[in-house]
Amino acid sequence: MKLLNKHAVFEKNSILLLVGILIMVSIGGLVEIVPLFYLENTIEKVEGVRPYTPLELAGRNIYIREGCYTCHSQMIRSTRDEVERYGHYSLAAESMYDHPFLWGSKRNGPDLARVGNKYSDDWHREHLKAPSSVVPETIMPGYPFLAETKLAYENIGLDIKTNQMIGVPYTDEQVENAVEDLKAQLDENSDGYDAFMERYPSAQVRDFDGNPREITELDALIAYLQMLGTLVDFSIYDESENNR
Amino acid sequence: MSDLKKEIDDVSGVDTTGHEWDGIKELNTPMPRWWVYTFIVTCIWAFIYQFLYPSWPLITDYYEGYFAETNRDRLNDELDNVAQQRSVTLDKIRSMDLETIRNDNALNTFALAGGKAAFGDNCAPCHGTGAAGFTGYPNLNDDDWLWGGTLEDIYTTISFGIRSTHEETRVNDMPAFLRDELLTKSEIEDVVTYVQSLSDSTITATESGRILFADNCALCHGEDGKGLREFGAPNLTDAITLYVTDRDSMIDIVSNSRKGVMPTWSGRLDEATIKSLALYIHSLGGGE
Amino acid sequence: MTYQNNPPVVSRLSQSITTICLAVGIILALLIAGKTSSAAMQFHAFILIATFFAGIVALFNLGGRINDSNHKPSPSGVYYNNTIVKYGVIASCFWGLAGFIVGDVLAWELAFPVLNMDMPWTNFGRLRPLHTSAVIFAFGGNVLIATSFYVVQRTCKARLAGEIAPWFVFWGYQLFIVLAATGYLLGITQSKEYAEPEWYVDLWLTIVWVVYLLVFLGTIWRRKEPHIYVANWFYLAFIVTIAMLHLVNNATLPISLVEPKSYTLFAGVQDALTQWWYGHNAVGFFLTAGFLAIMYYFVPKRAERPIYSYRLSIVHFWSLIFLYIWAGPHHLHYTALPDWAQTLGMTFSVMLWMPSWGGMINGLMTLSGAWDKLRTDPVLKMLVVSVAFYGMSTFEGPLMSIKAVNGLSHYTDWTIGHVHSGALGWVAYVSFGALYCLTPWLWGRKGLYSLKLVNIHFWVSTVGILLYICAMWVSGIMQGLMWRAYTDLGFLEYSFVETVAAMQPYYIIRAIGGLLFIVGSLVMVYNLWRTILGHTAGEQSPENISKAIAAQALGE
Ligand code: HEC
Ligand code: HEC
Ligand code: HEC
Ligand code: HEM
Ligand code: HEM
Ligand SMILES: [Ca+2]
Ligand SMILES: [Ca+2]
Ligand SMILES: [Cu+2]
Repeated sequence: MKLLNKHAVFEKNSILLLVGILIMVSIGGLVEIVPLFYLENTIEKVEGVRPYTPLELAGRNIYIREGCYTCHSQMIRSTRDEVERYGHYSLAAESMYDHPFLWGSKRNGPDLARVGNKYSDDWHREHLKAPSSVVPETIMPGYPFLAETKLAYENIGLDIKTNQMIGVPYTDEQVENAVEDLKAQLDENSDGYDAFMERYPSAQVRDFDGNPREITELDALIAYLQMLGTLVDFSIYDESENNR
Repeated sequence: MSDLKKEIDDVSGVDTTGHEWDGIKELNTPMPRWWVYTFIVTCIWAFIYQFLYPSWPLITDYYEGYFAETNRDRLNDELDNVAQQRSVTLDKIRSMDLETIRNDNALNTFALAGGKAAFGDNCAPCHGTGAAGFTGYPNLNDDDWLWGGTLEDIYTTISFGIRSTHEETRVNDMPAFLRDELLTKSEIEDVVTYVQSLSDSTITATESGRILFADNCALCHGEDGKGLREFGAPNLTDAITLYVTDRDSMIDIVSNSRKGVMPTWSGRLDEATIKSLALYIHSLGGGE
Repeated sequence: MTYQNNPPVVSRLSQSITTICLAVGIILALLIAGKTSSAAMQFHAFILIATFFAGIVALFNLGGRINDSNHKPSPSGVYYNNTIVKYGVIASCFWGLAGFIVGDVLAWELAFPVLNMDMPWTNFGRLRPLHTSAVIFAFGGNVLIATSFYVVQRTCKARLAGEIAPWFVFWGYQLFIVLAATGYLLGITQSKEYAEPEWYVDLWLTIVWVVYLLVFLGTIWRRKEPHIYVANWFYLAFIVTIAMLHLVNNATLPISLVEPKSYTLFAGVQDALTQWWYGHNAVGFFLTAGFLAIMYYFVPKRAERPIYSYRLSIVHFWSLIFLYIWAGPHHLHYTALPDWAQTLGMTFSVMLWMPSWGGMINGLMTLSGAWDKLRTDPVLKMLVVSVAFYGMSTFEGPLMSIKAVNGLSHYTDWTIGHVHSGALGWVAYVSFGALYCLTPWLWGRKGLYSLKLVNIHFWVSTVGILLYICAMWVSGIMQGLMWRAYTDLGFLEYSFVETVAAMQPYYIIRAIGGLLFIVGSLVMVYNLWRTILGHTAGEQSPENISKAIAAQALGE
């Protein structure tokens, strides 16, 4: 074991030991992570994925704040049972504007990657307020306070702007009109409606929380839930083109 | 400073490395053979696996592996396989009309099983695990139907939903009589008393209530209050209710109206599954 | 290196520099408090101001006397900094209990959801990160800092580098914990598992961690033994790798310098792999490398036997740190992560099996010739069982990394069972063992207050662990099987809520297991407390233990 005797070098010199450790622990990460940024087939080519509207983004932030991701995944794996239960397996493209990603690691509740449009706003309202009132077997906690808390949206422009800076393709117009867009998504009859629909063509517009007088956190959260997984039209998705 | 003092450990008979840190010494025991071999075996196995399947990233692409097979390939094969095995049955379910399927024992059994499976994850959250419904979400076991209980009716309801986003959705909104200022508070009290009298003989309604009902409600709920299916308007003469639990809730509904939404399932669930669901719901007890 | 043989004094210069830094910190925090629109961040700014102010007061008042309780040199003439380790022992006990209790609250909430009480700060979603951070970073982190400060001094025969710096590390780390924990309750989180704190808390941790690295390295530079002991290789690998992981995974852009919210630089699939590169190696370097360092000091010390194999140490150390980094993708099997990365994650995880077991072998075999001590010394028993649990969870881990197995286990309670066999059986047990060793040594007691109580702790919590992980194995595998169960006709057999309902009995068993674990920990805290007070329960302590302890207590 001559080689092992050479190890004394590391034992005698802390800087060498430090450098040796740094080299050893850098390699794996470099080889695995860096190619994800340059290999073109990492993210599938699909149509329909767009950045979140200001209201959806605000809802997503509430989803993060409340830790919904601790119970719900948003990643349908490519296995038969998941595809049959939840729908088409999730694509990398579907979370390409997600800073951060919310794939989750534990399912105390079902996957939510395609929950958008699966239930009514009414149902979400009741379910989020008191889950066991609609699903007696559930272990999900209630969030009655969401309906009573006004959404703090004054800074939403900053949120959109920051996303733009880190590469989400928001236009300057979208950044500037973030607050108006947020309000417009809640009211089909508002003045900002047309401009909003031009900026976010596939967005759903309505009063989500059943309380048109106030913009609540529940509005934002339901707007977010109702768009999850609805962007890609899988009837025109080309599997073979995107195999990897 | 400890100078190198190699010594033989009495217990194991192995020599130490000669260093000592705070009283701790190290033996110079060779690495266990089995450990080294197992390590080597796992490495060999790993390289073989990497050779067979997609593994190393390269400059413009990744190494595809000898089998060049991905998770998604395998899944598609498996789904194709399943579809192939069932293709005869599924084709029949897709192409035949619901009544015929129901009369074909094998097909019907298959459809009921499929409907039951789809019900649990898609419908039960609203209609309940046993399909008995909740306030606002109709019971699907009974023979009281808002929009009709024939196989075709049920199929249409499931496919397009009620007040959903689909173009062909079933839709009909009851006015909010108080909010929209169609009736006054006292008129509503009156008409509600009349409605209550329809199912409860101990309550006597006023004549004005009867007239108000005929003028405002009969259009949808029928002259006799038994509901009109083409409008999805509930029967108000039976004990089965969608929202109403007491007089106050009835007043509330007439004043403000409710617009229950049943989502669209065409697009999310495939044709065969929707048909299976229709058969399954129909079989629950109330099918017409 | 004569300075080590003089009583430690704090230089005026470093005192002034630290004061200035803290004052600048106060000004920055005041600015934030004035400008932010977030009440939570304002609250955090006030905590910062209060802590920095307390720091300045402490510097002025204690100043030159900062570490005076230890002006007595050890027999070999080194003025060890023991006070800081004492603080670490107490902090570990405190945070450990807090973290276990929150964990058990979670466990009961999953069994009986009414316990969520429908309030924001009592909700499962906010409490879960509180639990993971409290046990890993607050409990585990304090144990690591305390033991590393102890071990590096002893194995280098040198006083801890710096007089203010170690205290900055200790209190700075506690501040990090408080900011992180209160942040979760108030809804400030980045949502990245085990890296949830927001950007400004991350930044603070970075500063603390760099100073930690410098204190540790500085002590090694003062060493009198020419060779660096294996425990210190592991501590060093733990400290630098965590620094690297932390910096990359927390790369983020705040929406404003006075708002808590930030958006991570990476998105989607790249963010996912970065996260699990981090997450897996938080396990590999925080919960494994760091605690292996503890094992490499406390097991031979307590067993009074030499380390089994120096060569194994070398090979398993380098292969462990090299291979661990690659295994992250096993958290993303069958997801939208490209297959090539999944293959690498799986194969490297399997290769990681033996390097992990190298540590177990070195730990267990160090007892050869001293197995009889297990009968008389419950502390050693705890240490040994921890190594056995380490072996078990590092066998289970590679198994779960195999795609076919992970297809079943992922997203289920099986993962939770695996986590806790590692976390309770390995991390917590080896920590308890170290705390039981350290307390009498640091406070100069002949032995623990009561070894019987250690034995009770051992058995109560072992039953607790077994209840916990067995319940999770059953529920996890059942859950996985139910999710993919098919009827004869080829339809999914169970709906999701049916699987939820089926879990309840196991959740109750797990919660009871957790309760036993807490009871055990309370027994430990009581025992350590009485030890610190200098009490003895009047038991006949076996000779071979008291010898070791007595020697160490004298500082040698
Ligand atoms: C303690 C775990 C837990 C937490 C935390 C939790 N959920 Fe749930 N969730 C569940 C369970 C269990 C179900 C399945 C039963 C049901 O529908 O209630 C569920 C179901 C759902 C569903 C219906 C999904 C479907 O397809 O049927 C939605 C939507 C949902 N949760 C959203 C949320 C949101 C939003 C949050 C955070 C604000 C959240 N959940 C937090 C456990 C949880
Ligand atoms: C978001 C909740 C929701 C979900 C999910 C849902 N439904 Fe419904 N469903 C409703 C509501 C609400 C109504 C009644 C609408 C109304 O008020 O007229 C309804 C009505 C129906 C009716 C008509 C009952 C009648 O009396 O005419 C049928 C049939 C039905 N649902 C079947 C299904 C099936 C099958 C599924 C699953 C594929 C399903 N529903 C999923 C909410 C839901
Ligand atoms: C335009 C059609 C229409 C008119 C006019 C109408 N209704 Fe309705 N009514 C409905 C519909 C549709 C529903 C079911 C709502 C749902 O499914 O969400 C309903 C529901 C109800 C219910 C709740 C039934 C239950 O089972 O809980 C009551 C009570 C009721 N109507 C009373 C009245 C009275 C009294 C009037 C007249 C003052 C009236 N309705 C006029 C369409 C109508
Ligand atoms: C009394 C002791 C403990 C109890 C009762 C307990 C309970 C729990 C519960 C209920 C969860 C959530 C599981 C889920 O989401 O389904 C959890 C998660 C977790 N706990 Fe504990 N815990 C305890 C101790 C510990 C300790 C000591 C550690 C670490 C040193 C630890 C580390 C973790 C981790 C890392 C997770 C997250 C696992 C994942 O995301 O996969 N726990 N714990
Ligand atoms: C060779 C060693 C190990 C390997 C290969 C390994 C592998 C794994 C795998 C495959 C998972 C499941 C990932 C998933 O499906 O989501 C996992 C989860 C986990 N393991 Fe290990 N494990 C090892 C050792 C350990 C040890 C010693 C601990 C110590 C406490 C530990 C703590 C965890 C934690 C906390 C998680 C949960 C991560 C999360 O989802 O939040 N592991 N590990
Ligand atoms: Ca997790
Ligand atoms: Ca962070
Ligand atoms: Cu891992």
